[in-house]
Amino acid sequence: MMTRLYRELLKIRRAEEEVARAYPTDRIKSPVHLSIGQEAVSVGICWALNPDDIVYGTYRGHALYLARGGDLREMVAELYGKLTGCTRGKGGSMHLIAPERGVMGMSAVVGTTIANAVGHAYAMKVRRQEAIVASFFGDGATEEGVFAESLNFAALKKLPVLFVCENNGYAIHTAQAKRQGSLDLCAKASAFGVPGRSIDGSDIEAIISTARETVNEVRSGQGPRFLEVRTYRWREHVGPNTDFALGYRSEDECSSWIANDVLPRVAARLDQDERRAIEAEVEAEIADAFAFAEASPFPPASELVRDVYKEEAPCCN
Amino acid sequence: MLQLTTPTRTDECEKASGVCQHPGKSDAPALLAERTLSYVEAIREATAQEMARDASVVLFGLDVDDPKAIQGTTKGLVERFGPERVFGTPLSEDAMTGAAIGMALAGLRPIHVHIRMDFLLLAINQLVNVAAKTRYMYGGRASVPLVVRAMIGKSWGQGAQHSQGLHSYFMHVPGIKVAAPSTPHDAKGCLIAAIRDDDPVLFVDHRMCHFQTGPVPEAAYEVLPGKARITVPGDDITIVGISYMQTECLRAAHYLSDVGVRAEVIDPIWLAPLDIDTICDSVERTGRLLVVDTAWTNCGASAEIVARVAERLSGLRDLRLARFGFAPTTCPTSPTLEEMFYPNARTVATQARDLVEGRAMGWIPLERPDLKSIEFKGPF
Repeated sequence: MMTRLYRELLKIRRAEEEVARAYPTDRIKSPVHLSIGQEAVSVGICWALNPDDIVYGTYRGHALYLARGGDLREMVAELYGKLTGCTRGKGGSMHLIAPERGVMGMSAVVGTTIANAVGHAYAMKVRRQEAIVASFFGDGATEEGVFAESLNFAALKKLPVLFVCENNGYAIHTAQAKRQGSLDLCAKASAFGVPGRSIDGSDIEAIISTARETVNEVRSGQGPRFLEVRTYRWREHVGPNTDFALGYRSEDECSSWIANDVLPRVAARLDQDERRAIEAEVEAEIADAFAFAEASPFPPASELVRDVYKEEAPCCN
Repeated sequence: MLQLTTPTRTDECEKASGVCQHPGKSDAPALLAERTLSYVEAIREATAQEMARDASVVLFGLDVDDPKAIQGTTKGLVERFGPERVFGTPLSEDAMTGAAIGMALAGLRPIHVHIRMDFLLLAINQLVNVAAKTRYMYGGRASVPLVVRAMIGKSWGQGAQHSQGLHSYFMHVPGIKVAAPSTPHDAKGCLIAAIRDDDPVLFVDHRMCHFQTGPVPEAAYEVLPGKARITVPGDDITIVGISYMQTECLRAAHYLSDVGVRAEVIDPIWLAPLDIDTICDSVERTGRLLVVDTAWTNCGASAEIVARVAERLSGLRDLRLARFGFAPTTCPTSPTLEEMFYPNARTVATQARDLVEGRAMGWIPLERPDLKSIEFKGPF
């Protein structure tokens, strides 16, 4: 378990560090919202999911996409705006998709995919499918009306959906305490009839075990569940850098989270040879993905009007 | 004699010519007027037939399963198809639209019903940012076969927030189609086409159209996107009537006929994709175009149609182009003000004749009882 866990966590961390490294070269043509520091949330929750389960995410979605097994080559190529990207250079970093892995979409408008996940779960229920849907969103999304509306409907219909709030404490540059009268997100979910639990995002084993229990409740038809995973964004809201100079948060606050980073603690549980072998594999995979993206063609002019509608798009609607 | 070729409004057809001619220019099948349905019945029949044909079709919205059943358009469907496939929703237009999209992404074909189009403003994030964009922004790897039925209200003091025609908002956005059928025949055919379409479709469902009756074939058929219908042939002016305004334009054609003006009336049926070819072909002959919408003219469907005709025909022949729609105000409730807010057959006739003559004639036709607007006798 620790071997695979380390590989997944490391792959996401290192892929995003490479994205950050490449970003200033202007080879990447898409604004990036990095998950560095938050990888354990996606990896831990997806650990408890089955291959045919479905996830919906947010614009900060690299970690979720990769944790579900989304193709790294196609992700990096997408960031480069290449035809070989997972959306053919149409969606960019904020709209990754991998239907073959159950990754059904990510939105740049906060909260939007929560409702899409609920609808997908309704379809599964109507079809008597056993799969469930996990809806990932941030703490900011819990302030959107669509969060309340979606939880109400999911509870009403006892839908097989797991709501995962990745609470990193900030919406862009504004702390949760400056935006919410009550910080108890589980109580808010519970008010709609959706039982909630809060987990420390630095404890990967706690995430996995809680996710497993909760997923089992959802899968067995007990209705929707809510998980808050407390985590922290190390880098700026959008872009490759840190942003402590802006003054909205302190470097000390971040340091305590870095000190509790999941990755070295998982690494410490592997023997050195195994660890080095994983690191070499991951580095090779990442180098291959960036080389693939570099070598891939940009979309041709014909792509501009493709996929507006199923039929070829008429020139003016 | 004025010849109407609309397949519907049987009464008017018969009054006008004694024979109800049927359309030549349409993909819709030729009609046999063996059976008359109301617009409401046509919508209900289309929904029921598609739900029976395809188990993936689901129907929901505020009040679709209540005793009034959206003016009867959803009556009996919950009994027939069960509460999983037909259900009333919480008052959550935003999330229910998002849920409809999620259902569509999962392979269902949802129909989401809004009893007033004004409520779409609560759902516009999901419709514009997700439904319209999904196919494109995911590189063709996902699609949203969603139908949104939204009803435009009119008369008896519907007022500011129960009267708006917001279809041009959606015409503006690539990736979403807009149907605005005016007759029972086209209501059934457009709704079936919309349900079978693999892209999101806004089905504009005007409250005043509900009172229409006309021939509707019993077997399922589609009135496909992008095909307009010439409902009255003529040479002096082209009048395009959108949604319910089609009815007022047909009446206006009678008033104009009385003073020797032969209007060609066109029902676009679908606004996006729009059959601009049929409209341009007509204007190339008549040289005059009046577009009448059940909405404001600013940045509206009428502006779009006029602009496209101008782009194509400017310099090729002399053109006189005009738009007509809601007064540029919020919709008032008092009947005296409300009467002035909306175009009607007589004011359409006035506008059209002035356009033909190239000057203000100061003419407004005397109201003919046989052409009097259908008045809803409230209260709602």
